[in-house]
Amino acid sequence: MLSHLANPARFMRISGVALPWLGGVSLVVLVLGLFWSLILAPPDYQQGESVRIMFIHVPSAWMALSVYLFVAVASAVALIWRHPLAEIAAQSAAPIGAAFTFVCLATGSLWGRPMWGTWWVWDARLTSVLVLFFLYLGYIALVNAFDDASRGGRAGSLLALVGIVNLPIIKFSVDWWNTLHQPASVLRLGGPTIDVTMLAPLLVMALGFTLLFGWLLLVRMRTALTERRLRALRIYGEAAAGNASEASSGAARPAWR
Amino acid sequence: MDALATYVSMGGYAGFVWSAYGIAAAVLGGLALQSWRRYRASQGALRNVEPRVPERR
Repeated sequence: MLSHLANPARFMRISGVALPWLGGVSLVVLVLGLFWSLILAPPDYQQGESVRIMFIHVPSAWMALSVYLFVAVASAVALIWRHPLAEIAAQSAAPIGAAFTFVCLATGSLWGRPMWGTWWVWDARLTSVLVLFFLYLGYIALVNAFDDASRGGRAGSLLALVGIVNLPIIKFSVDWWNTLHQPASVLRLGGPTIDVTMLAPLLVMALGFTLLFGWLLLVRMRTALTERRLRALRIYGEAAAGNASEASSGAARPAWR
Repeated sequence: MDALATYVSMGGYAGFVWSAYGIAAAVLGGLALQSWRRYRASQGALRNVEPRVPERR
């Protein structure tokens, strides 16, 4: 399925059909998730209404990690098989991952202030997520730092692969080190410790964020492919125009890639 | 009206809860809007350029 889609022309055709559906479904799921999180879900017996921050904080943390994994895997595919669509996928996904990481950090801070009494602590969990945010920014900066886009892509892919060591550190930081941050309560051995009235909206929001990621990824990949096509067409158009005038004067044919 | 005020106050955590949802909406909504605008612009530019390109295939 993936290798079938890996042809850019086929990708454009299929993603063009999928785009409005994916957009519509993510909107519906997100509205449902927000309604559930903000109105239907009960307040926590200890944390009161502040627990509602969890419904965006935790799904955006999951997205921050899984989008990074996506960027790293796509980068590996780009490095090993040199497939241009894989590199475009990684580069289109990185800003989305950075946005989710920022939301995770900001909402965590807003939740930490009333519950822990501090906006921020330099403990293992918070620091490693901050490192993840800088990895995203570093990847985006590196990709755009070269005049030659293919060199930037290669350098970015390498950085994305090296940064993958941060993912297990984030996941297990709450078990390995003393921290203010609570340990996992959903993705843990022995099942979730969170009540279903809160687990349900949490999972709906996570689904909504995942669908939003899918829609954003398709939009951004289609933009990148279209812009690349535009560049090629412009270069070709200029070359062809130059060719026509120079052909009559007998000049050499300009190089075109 | 009272019920609404109680709801908006979020048990005293209004500033934290609404800021968190506001930041998430601004960041993700902003990214979606920016991505969508750039996408539409690229599609429009392609429609403008493509008919002028000479045949080559």
